[in-house]
Amino acid sequence: MSTVKLTIDNRPVEAPAGATILEAARSAGIKIPTLCAWPEIHHTPGACRVCMTEVEGQRSLIAACVFPVSEGMVVRTNTEKVRKARKMVVELLLANHPQECNFCVRNGSCELQKAAEFVGLKEVRFPCTEFPQKEKIIDRSSPSIVRDNRKCIECHRCVTVCDQIQTVSVLTPAFRGSAVKVTPAFDLPLIASNCVACGQCILACPVGALYEKDDVDAVWAALQDPAKHVIVQEAPAIRAALGEEFGMPPGSLVTGKMTAALRRLGFDKVFDTNFTADLTIIEEGNELLKRVKEGGTLPMITSCSPGWIKFCEHFYPDLLPHLSTCKSPQQMFGALAKTYYAEFAGIDPKNIVSVSIMPCTAKKFEAQRPEMAASGYRDVDYVLTTRELGRMIREAGIDFENLADEDYDAPMGEYTGAGTIFGATGGVMEAALRTVYAVVTGGNLPNLDITPVRGLEGVKEATVKVGALGDVNVAVAHGLGNARKLLDKIREGKADYAFIEVMCCPGGCIAGGGEPIPTNNDIRLKRSAALYADDGKVQKNRQSHENESVKKLYDKFLKEPLGHKSHDLLHTHYTKRGTEMPHGQGR
Amino acid sequence: MKAEDTELLKEFTPEQVAKLDSIIEKHKGKAGGLIPVLEEAQVCLEYLPLPVQKRIAQGLNLPLSRVYGVVTFYSFFTMTPRGKHTVRVCLGTACYVRGGKAIAEALEKQFNIREGETTEDRMFTLESVRCLGACGLGPVVVVDEDVHGRVKPAKLKEILSQYH
Repeated sequence: MSTVKLTIDNRPVEAPAGATILEAARSAGIKIPTLCAWPEIHHTPGACRVCMTEVEGQRSLIAACVFPVSEGMVVRTNTEKVRKARKMVVELLLANHPQECNFCVRNGSCELQKAAEFVGLKEVRFPCTEFPQKEKIIDRSSPSIVRDNRKCIECHRCVTVCDQIQTVSVLTPAFRGSAVKVTPAFDLPLIASNCVACGQCILACPVGALYEKDDVDAVWAALQDPAKHVIVQEAPAIRAALGEEFGMPPGSLVTGKMTAALRRLGFDKVFDTNFTADLTIIEEGNELLKRVKEGGTLPMITSCSPGWIKFCEHFYPDLLPHLSTCKSPQQMFGALAKTYYAEFAGIDPKNIVSVSIMPCTAKKFEAQRPEMAASGYRDVDYVLTTRELGRMIREAGIDFENLADEDYDAPMGEYTGAGTIFGATGGVMEAALRTVYAVVTGGNLPNLDITPVRGLEGVKEATVKVGALGDVNVAVAHGLGNARKLLDKIREGKADYAFIEVMCCPGGCIAGGGEPIPTNNDIRLKRSAALYADDGKVQKNRQSHENESVKKLYDKFLKEPLGHKSHDLLHTHYTKRGTEMPHGQGR
Repeated sequence: MKAEDTELLKEFTPEQVAKLDSIIEKHKGKAGGLIPVLEEAQVCLEYLPLPVQKRIAQGLNLPLSRVYGVVTFYSFFTMTPRGKHTVRVCLGTACYVRGGKAIAEALEKQFNIREGETTEDRMFTLESVRCLGACGLGPVVVVDEDVHGRVKPAKLKEILSQYH
């Protein structure tokens, strides 16, 4: 690649041809503030105007995020003119922004707050303090995501993530000038749109205009109620990210601290979603083998990710028979909590409150699906995101970082390495192949690490020799834009796979819409690495069928995989959501 | 019949719907086809309500949000039906200081609508403009192509009575 030489703040800098001033400056360790640019997803609309710089020979100030470098260019990022302009831009952004920072959900992680600090803003001369239409503007229709357009700064990152990465295309900029706003078509409430509730827009939002529907107060109320037996499950991805909420470095594996913190919050039993992840593998692995043997619909596609399920229901309803009928681990756990566990502990299921901690906003939607009441009660009562759990732990005054590790409760806490890697893209596939291989051949895979399905490549393929079945072709996609590639292949009859894993969010659950902010590719890799370390180094057993508690569950309660009880409690059906909101991806 | 057809036929004749489909067909698959489709559709249907935008999105294989984003961005496109006549009040500086605002308010009162809306009988659409370059005649009201100068609120009824 050819490079160009330029000068930034009197220092010689070399940058690739075609790079922007912002990229060149960053690579040279010179910080330029920006609220809209997000080069990782190729989003540089030049909309926020905070990244003003002076370029010799240019009449006006230049937006560094969109202006390409050229040979001999002389850039200044720290002149009186630049500092004044940046201050003014941030001041104007704040002038019609609610002055609610102290109790905003993004207090402390807000990029506008940081930009104000960066540019040294000392006052907002024209603060807008009243929003009489507040409750009319805030869209609380979705069980997962709240949209507060008062706080939107029109950076359009959410639009790009929704349209280009997830290809769901719910959000659009609409109107123009001072009336411009980000909205679903026809100002529809999110719940009436094609929104799949993945929450990637939340991770993209620099401010508090998009956030999870908060269920913290409802969980506090359950914990305070002496008549209630409150139990909790945590998804694999939580243990690889929760530490970040307390300033620990990304990739810290905090399983034991998380368990200890949950006990201190007052949960009566601390179980683990990983337990039902192992169970999912037993059911799903057997379902796959049954489909292969009996000529069922193939390729079979995983069904753990509720954003992915809703996407398939809206956009590919013709492919629903490809979905595994297995519920997600969260919902398997919920159904067992108020049947198997209630029986085990001798507690009336109506007094059990089942809470789950998820990296995911779509899980809130999933828990509310009408069919998710197999136990005769709501299987999962409340879903909290990683961020919400972080807030509860802070509110309770728990010194998270210095907690001593604690262990799970029986009978739904034990898990294997296969259960824990569910949190990363490729993990469900790897876990399933380990067990399918063992069921078919009676022995273990020669190497339990199936590395071709790991990592951040958008679509991954692998072929594994599974005894009498011969070569089994599998594929893995993460991010819904990547999922489309495989789904279109199935539609064209060109998908020569037995099994496909789809996770809704880029990177998998470790980068779900409920995970700590910021989440970027570097952090995705670190969180996945933590899960693979849990699998490879921490857990004694690495295959779901080695989970003793799962074996006991079958012996005492379920009897057999795909049996009668499993059918009632652990399997589900899907809803064709039609196409009344067009969603084509033509350009 | 598909649900969106019934939705469309409530507003438009079968001929208009067929014309809309032929407009979509003509531009289908071409890059940048959306704006010409919207232009021609509006000429044919007079306005672009939700069922029309859905039909266009479906036909061009685009997300509805993109169609809506474009329709709301350009002031040429409208999502509410237009009146037979368009009444534009000038609120440019000169007209404003000579009573343009009072004219606009009087029209809103008389039509019982707000700026940008259309009367219930679909006779008049009320709009405002910023300077028509006829400041010497201010305050100015333009009905369709006719310019009326030195307008007073009391004279509005007489002016409008010329348009049926």
